[in-house]
Formats: sequence, C-alpha cells, structure tokens
Amino acid sequence: MSLTADTVKKIAHLARLGIDTRDIDDYTQDLSGILDLMTQMNALDTDAVTPMAHPMDQVQRLRADTVTESDQRRVFQAIAPQVEAGLYLVPKVIE
Amino acid sequence: MNAAWETVIGLEIHAQLATKSKIFSGAATAYGAAPNTQACSVDLGLPGVLPVLNREAVRMAVKFGLAIDAAIGPYSVFARKNYFYPDLPKGYQISQFELPIVGPGHVDIEVDGVKKRIGVTRAHLEEDAGKSLHEDFHGLTGIDLNRAGTPLLEIVSEPDMRSADEAVAYMRKVHELVRYLEICDGNMQEGSFRCDANVSVRPRGQAEFGTRAEIKNINSFKFVEKAINYEIERQIEVIESGGKVVQETRLYDSMKDETRSMRGKEEANDYRYFPDPDLLPVVIEEAFKEEVKAMLPELPDAKKQRFKTHYGQDDETAATLTASRQLADYYEALVKASGGEAKLACNWVTGDLLGALNKAGLDISRSPVDYERLGGLLKRIADNTLSGKIAKRVFEALWQSPDTADAIIEREGLKQITDSGAIEAIIDKIIADNAGQVEQYRSGKDKVFGFFVGQVMKATQGQASPGEVNKLLKAKLKG
Repeated sequence: MSLTADTVKKIAHLARLGIDTRDIDDYTQDLSGILDLMTQMNALDTDAVTPMAHPMDQVQRLRADTVTESDQRRVFQAIAPQVEAGLYLVPKVIE
Repeated sequence: MNAAWETVIGLEIHAQLATKSKIFSGAATAYGAAPNTQACSVDLGLPGVLPVLNREAVRMAVKFGLAIDAAIGPYSVFARKNYFYPDLPKGYQISQFELPIVGPGHVDIEVDGVKKRIGVTRAHLEEDAGKSLHEDFHGLTGIDLNRAGTPLLEIVSEPDMRSADEAVAYMRKVHELVRYLEICDGNMQEGSFRCDANVSVRPRGQAEFGTRAEIKNINSFKFVEKAINYEIERQIEVIESGGKVVQETRLYDSMKDETRSMRGKEEANDYRYFPDPDLLPVVIEEAFKEEVKAMLPELPDAKKQRFKTHYGQDDETAATLTASRQLADYYEALVKASGGEAKLACNWVTGDLLGALNKAGLDISRSPVDYERLGGLLKRIADNTLSGKIAKRVFEALWQSPDTADAIIEREGLKQITDSGAIEAIIDKIIADNAGQVEQYRSGKDKVFGFFVGQVMKATQGQASPGEVNKLLKAKLKG
C-alpha cells in the first residue's frame, strides 16, 4: 500500500472534495492500486522515448486575432446563483 | 546596505499582450468594459467549450524571444496549472510548464555606468485570471471575469540581480523592450505590466542561495525598489537575531512601506501541472520565425547607439530620446521637418517640449504640438527670423493653437529685427533720452551696458537680434 489514509484526506482537501470518512479506507486501497501500477511501469526503461504531450499526432491550429464574441452576460448570469451590478457573487475567500 | 550580506534577486514579469481578442477565445480584451461583458463561454469555462490559440499572441511571444536573443522552442506545449480560486472558473490556469515558447535569453542593463547581463530563463504564454472585488457585497465577493483569458507573457529571469537598483534597471529595460516591440502597452496602473520578486540574502562569499521570499504583484518601479529594500532588511534582521527566513509569499503594502506574509497559502503549493488535453502542441515553423524577425523594429540599445554616433549625442541625451519608440520617432521626424537641425531639435525636445508635456501630464503620442509644426518653428530659429526668447513665445502659441509657426509669427509680428538701420535708430533715441547713464558708462561703469540692452529689447519688444544689438550698442556708446 503506497498511500496512507492521511494522504487521502489531504488530497481530498486540496481538491475540495468532501468524502465520507467511512469510504477513506476504500479510497486508500483503490488509489494505492493505481499508484502501484505506476511503480510497476516506472521500472521500464523510457530514456529513449520522447514524452507524449498529446495522444493525437497533430499540431495546434491557430486562430486570427479578431473579436468574434458579443456580450452575452444576461444569458450566462441567468444560471448563476447570485449576481449584482454585473458581477457574479461568491462566498468570501479572504477574511 | 549591510556589507556582510549579499542579496540575490530574480524577477517574474507579467506582460499583458496587446492582442484585440483573448488568448483562447474571441472575446475582446479592451480595458474598462462593464463587468463580465467581455467574458464568453470559453472564458467562463462552461462545459463543452474548447480553447483555440490566438496566432497574434504566439507571434508576440516569438517577437520578444527574438529581441532577447533567446532560443524559440520549435515545439511548445500548454499545461494546466491547477488551483482553486473563484476568479478562475475552470479550476486551472492554462499556462506552460516544461516546454515554454521562449527559452533562455538575456537582457543587458546598466547601473551607475556598470554594464551587466541578466539571464532570462524562459518566457511562456498563459491566460490571466479574473478579478475579485472584496468590497462589501453583503459579505460576499464580486467576480468580474472580463480579464479572464487575457494573454500574458510571463518573463522569468535568472537570480542574477544583486540589488534593488539592478532589479529596477532590469524591469525598466524589459518594460522599454515590450513597448518598443509593441506587444504590451506597459500601462502599470491598469496592471498590464507587473512583477513578482524573489528575494533572498546570503553571507557574502557563500555559494548556496539563502531561503527566498516571493513578493507578489508589484506594479510600479518605485514599489519594486522599496519592496525589495524592505525585504532585504527584514531578512537580514531575522537571520541576525537568530531566526530563519521562511519560504513564503509576501505582499507589499505601499501605504505602510512594508511586506507582509500572505494568508497561509495551502500547505501544499502543488499545482499538479499536466499537458492540457484540449490543446495540441504548438509547432513554430522556421518561416514563421523569419517572418517575425523581418518585422522586428530597431531595438532600444541599437537605437541609442545610433543616436550617439549619427547625431553626436552624449549618453544621457541619447538615452532620454530613445526611452520610448514614440519619442525617438518624433525626434527623428522633427529633425527632418526642421531641415536637418539635429542639435536644435534635440535641445527643444529634451527641454521645452518634454518640460511642457511633463507639466501637462501628457505622453509624447498626445503632444499638442506635432513634429511638423515644431519643425516649422525650428526653421525660423535656424534662419534667424526668431530670437531664442521669442521662439519660446511662439512655442507657447503652438501649444495653444493649431496654427503653424509661420502663421503665428506673421499674425503677432514677431519677426526678429535684424535690419541694423532700424535698430540703430532705436539706439540713437535711447542714447539721447538717457544722457545720465551714457555719462556713467563712459566714465567706466560697464554694468550700465545691461541697462541699454534692456531698453533696446523693451523698445523692440524683444525682437531685436541680441548679437546685432550688442555690436551696435558698443559702437555707439563709445561716442
């Protein structure tokens, strides 16, 4: 087992995921399984292999620098829980 | 500064690229729009959208790379930098990590006559985040996402600077460069050009670096200097009193002139970078690079050198005139418009023009006096139509009205009187009217000479040629 329950709690906190304490052991086991597989793969010699940045062997297409979007604030803000003076309102992060 | 300690500084400069649209979307980047009116579905990170890279942003990054003599990655990759903050709706910032677009380059600076080369580790493209407004919204935070997705070029230096002065010189140089290249408007009040400073101290002679603190988001040259100097003193004090410098992010408070620790940033500063699957690798073809290279303007150092050799200017003057591309262009256009009066043009630009612009708080690009009209004035000084004093009056009139110098001279009757007959007649009258002073002068009181010059100038409203007046007065007063 490469992960501890504490590490899983920490990752959950960083990812802002609320996980049930009863599930922590299962998560620890599952995630450890994935990491163990990684360790196994790490044993391979990849020195001569170029890291793959993307599975598709294609090159990024570029777009012209022109403004194509118009103001759709009303539409977007219709699905926001709270707006005021054109701003999206969210809980305060800094005290 | 404490002689026992050496300071080590590296800067991360964020330059907002002057594109019309965002780096990954077709929303406008114009400053000052009503909140969220320039934030489209891509900027908002709504489901199902895909970023498409702006060619102009790539071109501008390459332009910068070529200007600092850097390697331009033929193959460059965008990565996701993951962190949670309300003004970053996607939960990650698209940036570059392992394969930035601009590789190692350098910028040369000069402090107190000493030249130094500062290494640039890399420069990469990334998107800006939105803006959080913490004013009172019933205890909530307001989010404006207009800035989200604005292209930034993050320019990362080597830890090569050893004083706040060097850091400021480097920042100024990069600022000058991005404006010359016209890839960034350099407006620091609006946040288009800002920097983070990594500062550490170590005992002089020690090879390893000390623990560094990162001062975030400094948006003026003055604050960079003050923030770094404060931080140096703070770190030395911590160490000398037996403490340890903690690696942390600090904020500079310009009101109190101090840096202070930012809220405990998450215990793990782990951004979990990985290649963004939404974006394919960017390949910069040789032809693209050549095309950009052909469009590079003359760069500040080269221009300054040319002003020195071609116009015979000293270092300081050349530096003043080439401080911005607009000013240098104005100067050269003025020289042409004045019929080649390089020296005269230099004196007027660095003196009266810059003085007046400064007083009015204007940039050269918004000068009320264009180079053609000022050139017209210089022509009249060069051909002796105007005396220096009257020329200043004409300059003021040029500033106030759209008329040409010639029209103003004609209208106000300001032509310098060089006709010695006319001046002689005036002198004769003054000598006749002031017998007492003539007596004093002739009995050896040379000082009275100034009185006569003043009288002639008064009578001619300053339009008499001073050289002519002196010559004629001397001859006449001899008796």
